[in-house]
Amino acid sequence: MKGQRKPLFSLSQNAWGSGLIVLVACLYVGVIILLPALAVVVQAFAKGVGVFLENFRSPELLSALRMTLLATGIAVPLNTIFGLAAATAIARRSFPGKALLLSVIDLPFSISPVVVGLMLVLLYSPTNGLLGGVISSLGWKIIFSWPGIVLATIIVTFPFMAREVIPLLEEEGWEQEEAARTLGASNWQVFWKVTLPSVRWAALYGLILTTARALGEFGAVAVVSGNVVGQTQTLPLFVEDAYKQYQTELAFGAAMVLGGVAIVSLLLKVLVEQLLEGERKSSKADITE
Amino acid sequence: MVAVLPRRGGKPRLRLPSWPWRITWAYLGLVLFLPLAGMLLKAAGVGPAGFWEKATSPVALASYRISFGLAALASLMNGVFGLAIAWALIRCRFPGQRVLDALIDLPFALPTAVAGLALSFVYSPEGWLGAPLMQAFGLRVSYTAVGVAVAMVFISLPFVVRTVEPVLRSLEKEQEEASWCLGANQQQTFFRVVLPQLLPAILGGIAQGYSRAVGEYGSVVMISSNIPFKDLITPTLIVQHLEEYDFEAATVIGTVMLLFSLVSLAVINAIQVWGQRYQGGASSSLSKS
Repeated sequence: MKGQRKPLFSLSQNAWGSGLIVLVACLYVGVIILLPALAVVVQAFAKGVGVFLENFRSPELLSALRMTLLATGIAVPLNTIFGLAAATAIARRSFPGKALLLSVIDLPFSISPVVVGLMLVLLYSPTNGLLGGVISSLGWKIIFSWPGIVLATIIVTFPFMAREVIPLLEEEGWEQEEAARTLGASNWQVFWKVTLPSVRWAALYGLILTTARALGEFGAVAVVSGNVVGQTQTLPLFVEDAYKQYQTELAFGAAMVLGGVAIVSLLLKVLVEQLLEGERKSSKADITE
Repeated sequence: MVAVLPRRGGKPRLRLPSWPWRITWAYLGLVLFLPLAGMLLKAAGVGPAGFWEKATSPVALASYRISFGLAALASLMNGVFGLAIAWALIRCRFPGQRVLDALIDLPFALPTAVAGLALSFVYSPEGWLGAPLMQAFGLRVSYTAVGVAVAMVFISLPFVVRTVEPVLRSLEKEQEEASWCLGANQQQTFFRVVLPQLLPAILGGIAQGYSRAVGEYGSVVMISSNIPFKDLITPTLIVQHLEEYDFEAATVIGTVMLLFSLVSLAVINAIQVWGQRYQGGASSSLSKS
C-alpha cells in the first residue's frame, strides 16, 4: 500500500510527502492507541467523579488492590537485587557463553506469560506438580495462593533491571572502581559508593519498568492464582472479571487506577531518560572528580 | 551490545567476589531453570506418540493457525506503519510530536487487561470505532478474529518504531544527497540507499513484535470470543485445558509454545548480529565506491 504513491516517502525537500507520513503515523497511533486509552478515562468518569470514587468502597476491588501491591512489593525488591547482582557479575567481562547468558536472562520476555504460569503449576500444584508432594507435606500452598502470584510476577519481570544496567556498565570503564580499590575500598564500598551511583538513573529506569509490569501482569498470574474473588485476585484479574460480570463501572474504575499508574510511569520514564542522557554525556567528565 | 574491553591486564585484580555470581545463578536456577526443567520433564513423561497426538489435535492446529497467522499479519502491518511512525518522529517536525512519541510506549506500560478492556469496548458494535465500522462495512471487530488481530497490533506496535528510530537517526544525510547527485530519484534513493540500511532493524522489530503477539494473552482474551476454530488463540487453549484439569494437553501445547519462543529468540539474535555486520559492510562498501 505504501510504495504505490510516489511522494509517500519524504526526503527533506518534500514537505508534501512529510505531511502525508505524519498524517498516516498520527492516524494509525490514534486509532490503535490513543482512542482506546481515552475510552478508559472517559468511561471511568462517565458518571462523574463521585461514582468513580464510589468504586473504591467495593471490598473485592480493595482486596485485589492489596494483592497486587503485595506481589509488587515482594517481586520488585527481589528483582532489583538480582538485576544489580547479575549486572555487576556479567557486565565489563568477557567470558565464553556471555551472549548465551544474556539471552537466557531475556527469556521471560519471549515466553508467553501463560506458559510461565503453566510451568509453575506443573512444578508446585499439590495434585499434579513435580514438587507438589514436598510442598504439601511442608504445609505450604503455592498454587492458588499468594506465593504463586509472587513467583509468577518475579519471573515475568526479572529481566528489566539487568537489561537496563548492563549496557551502561559496559560503556563505562573500570577506572573509577580501580581508583577506589587503590585507595583501599572494600568490595561493598566500591559497589555502594562507586558502581551503584554511576548507574543510578539506569537502575531507576529499570525499577520503573519492573514496577509497571509487576502491577499489570495478567497471564502468568491468571494461571496460578485460581482467581478467587476477594482472596487471590489481583487488580488486572479484577478488571477482566468485573467486565465479564457486566460490572462495567467497576471494571473501568479499576482499569483507570492501573492506567493512571501506567501514565505516571511513562512520565517518570521520560524524565529518567533525560537524566540518563545527561549522565552518559558527563560520564567521562566524572572520572576527573 | 558486547563491549570490547581494550585492557585486560588489570582484570584478575579487579574481579569482584563471587557473590554476585552466586546470587545470579541461584536466582536464575530457582525462578527460571527449575520451572523450565519441570515442564520439560512433564512433557517427556507424555511420550513421543502421545505428545504428537496432543500437539496436533484439530483444536490445537486451529489455534496455531489463528495465533501464528494473525500475529504475522499484525507484526507485518506494524512493520509498514512502524517505519512510517519512526520516519515521522525522526525526519519531520510537527506539533504534538512529543505526544506521539510518548504514546508509542503506552502498549508497553499499560497492563494488558486494561488494553483488552479498552479495545473490546472501543471496537464493540456500539463502540466509538466499532459502530462506524459496523455501519460502513458490516465489519464486526470485537469478539471475532479481527479483534484478536487488533489486540495483537496494539501490543506489538512499539517494537518496530523503537528498533528503527536509532538506525534512522544515525543515517547520514550525505548518503541520500550523494544518491541524488548521482541522478537517482526519490524512489531509487529510498529503496536502494535508505531502506537496505533500515532493513535489519525493521526485520528485528517485526520478529520481536511477532514473538510478543504470539504469546500475548491478557488483551486478546478480552476482545476474543474464545471459541475454538474461530478465534481461540493457543495461550487461551492452554488455560482452557488447565481449567478442564487436562494437564497433559496443557503441558504438550505449552512445550510447543516454549520451543517456538526459543526459536524466535535465536532468530532475533541472528538478525541483530546480521544487522551489526551489515551496517559495517554498508559503510565500507560506500567508502569504496
